[in-house]
Amino acid sequence: MELVLNSEQRQLRSAVRELLEDHAPSSRMREVMEGDEGWDRALWTRLAALGVAGLVIPEDRGGSGAGHTERSVVLEELGRALAPVPFLASAVLAVDTVLALADAELSAELLPQLATGELVAAVAVAGDDGTWGSSAQSITATRRNGVFALDGHASFVVSGDAAHLVLVYAGTPEGPGWFAVSGEATGLRTTRLRTLDPTRGLARLDFAGTPARAVAVADPAAVLEAVRDRAAVALAAEQLGGLDHVLETTVDYAKVRVQFGRPIGSYQAVKHACADLYSTAEQARSVVRHAAWTADHDPEALPVAAALAQVVLGPGYFDSAAAGVQLHGGVGYTWEHDAHLYYKRAKTSELLLGAPGEQRARLADRLAL
Amino acid sequence: MSFRDTVRDWLAENVPKTVENASAEERIATAKRFQAALHDAGLAGLTWPAEYGGQGRTAADQQVFDEEAAAYDLPTDVFMIGMGMCGPTIVDLGTHEQKARYVRPLLRGEEIWCQLFSEPGAGSDVASLQTRAVRDGETWVVNGQKVWTSGAQHADFGALLARTNPDVPKHKGITMFIVDMHAPGVTVRPLKDMTGQAPFNEVFFDNVRLPAGAVLGEVDAGWFAAVTMLGHERVSIGGSVRRRYDPLTYANLADLARRLGRARDPVVRTELAALYAAERALSLFNTRLRQEADAGSPPGARGSVAKLAGAELLWRAVRVAGLIAGVRAAAWDEGDPAAEELALAINATPASSIAGGTNQIQRGIIGERVLGLPKEPQVDRDVPFRELRVGTQAKA
Repeated sequence: MELVLNSEQRQLRSAVRELLEDHAPSSRMREVMEGDEGWDRALWTRLAALGVAGLVIPEDRGGSGAGHTERSVVLEELGRALAPVPFLASAVLAVDTVLALADAELSAELLPQLATGELVAAVAVAGDDGTWGSSAQSITATRRNGVFALDGHASFVVSGDAAHLVLVYAGTPEGPGWFAVSGEATGLRTTRLRTLDPTRGLARLDFAGTPARAVAVADPAAVLEAVRDRAAVALAAEQLGGLDHVLETTVDYAKVRVQFGRPIGSYQAVKHACADLYSTAEQARSVVRHAAWTADHDPEALPVAAALAQVVLGPGYFDSAAAGVQLHGGVGYTWEHDAHLYYKRAKTSELLLGAPGEQRARLADRLAL
Repeated sequence: MSFRDTVRDWLAENVPKTVENASAEERIATAKRFQAALHDAGLAGLTWPAEYGGQGRTAADQQVFDEEAAAYDLPTDVFMIGMGMCGPTIVDLGTHEQKARYVRPLLRGEEIWCQLFSEPGAGSDVASLQTRAVRDGETWVVNGQKVWTSGAQHADFGALLARTNPDVPKHKGITMFIVDMHAPGVTVRPLKDMTGQAPFNEVFFDNVRLPAGAVLGEVDAGWFAAVTMLGHERVSIGGSVRRRYDPLTYANLADLARRLGRARDPVVRTELAALYAAERALSLFNTRLRQEADAGSPPGARGSVAKLAGAELLWRAVRVAGLIAGVRAAAWDEGDPAAEELALAINATPASSIAGGTNQIQRGIIGERVLGLPKEPQVDRDVPFRELRVGTQAKA
């Protein structure tokens, strides 16, 4: 097991961090957040040019054939900067779905475009209650004249509003199945949801006789689970990046903010809270590295490692982001300060793949409790 | 054959069976035989320098050993202070003579060590200690009292902190010594802890004479030696492998839940999963620290994270144990060893967040030495020790 980054992985981290410092500072992120589109196309293009969208895509499909540790490194940086790009949707959920579907034709067509970032794709797996897989109840696929059409709706689709293509988990008379739908398809209506976190778009998709391409796969539910595990690992890495940012900015502030004649970080009440943030972050980092390593090297252990990552990172990031706001005091509660953006991202991330109780129950299942 | 296979086979052949109700003397005799055999097999002191009787291997090998050893209850607790704290400090700061004299017997289990730091008036604030060592020609004469000294009743040697100069500020007049616990004037008195057992002691020094070669590190530089040893202690405590029969591990609490028919309770399940997560997160953190150490970055003060997280983990486990067992953890029929073990573990848990530096002290260390946060104003920093109000010393 390798829990320490090697020099190439550290170089990748520096490259992504520098790009984000230059092109996605907080001021730019806020501009995008308050703009109409909700995501940063120019930044996405620059990131894609680094090759980061295809890190887990094999070389013969246009990717770099690196691995989950490398992708985690990128996600940490995106989470640290709250970069408003559809990476989680396209380079994680969609890429992992196409890989898990393992359909030669679909892979040949989509993976090279996903790797370059020209194609932005999203994955629709949830209905109104947000449960993974519940879209199989809220969307039905019917075959008419040899062509499939979808009816119904999906919700909580990450970057659903940015996608040129949506991979949909829908119900058929024979059970759930996977479908590919063009973002331009007739009868597809995309509506951005109001969101707690203004830096990541979630959408509702309404299908009305929308033409769809069926993707044949032996066990559609197994694909759903495989994608969810990989998403848990990827999201955990993004959460870790945000947690690191919270830790660093909070400690920096505690060193310079003076009250009662001394930096507040000299008071035990503040110092000990910072120590707890650090302890959380260091353990979280170990869990994320382990989960990414497991995804590449020990797939049988992935279900436990992935659930573990969400159990640790979900509440770990949110509690830390909340402490970050608290330790900044009044200024931390202002719109102008970024602390609230991490708080909102952390809460959203904690719930995105299932609320904490559900994550713990999922881990318990996998531990055969 | 891989190193892991070597370790596995050797342990399977050589770990002695636990004897119920063995006397302390019998347990120590067993431990000494086992440790000597371990050393003969080339498996003791894996990461220690070969020159002094260690094996000169990597932290990764140590991890392999620990993982394999986790399947057993090794009888080696009595050596933990020597191996985890005193020995590594001798390797760091000792003279060639000291290393040559003490390290090999320590690794072979021939000599047992204790750590003589805390005093009734110097707990978290160890640097305010009052035990005096006064130079008399070539030798030193020690007077004073130590407390909460684990294993002193069995120890052959101790690492002692004593004040050698009271006319300078408290951190600047301390020296570390190696003390022969069998020397005239050393008295060890058992001290009962809150579990009712007496694993620790009070130790009294009454005109105990130490040779010049007993100084470990430099005279009056004992605080540096102490910080070095405390760093080893935190890593040792935080990174220590949980005992197989420890009733507060995830695995054993999950078993308890199954035995008591509580494993399907949704709250028990989710709390057990959270306990697993906390246990695994800490263990992965310890693995990462070792990998970083092998790659050339020693843990330093980050060992405090392991110690702090380890204590928090135990407290979480105590809550989960209560959730699972209910009142059955509070009262039981005579002759139920599992219930006895659980009760003992519940009663011993406060030690985890006190011994070796309280959780509050660990958070202070993380805050100041890892994160670089400013210190509290120190009212006693630049004042000569003899003018301070510490222990039994009245303020001048």
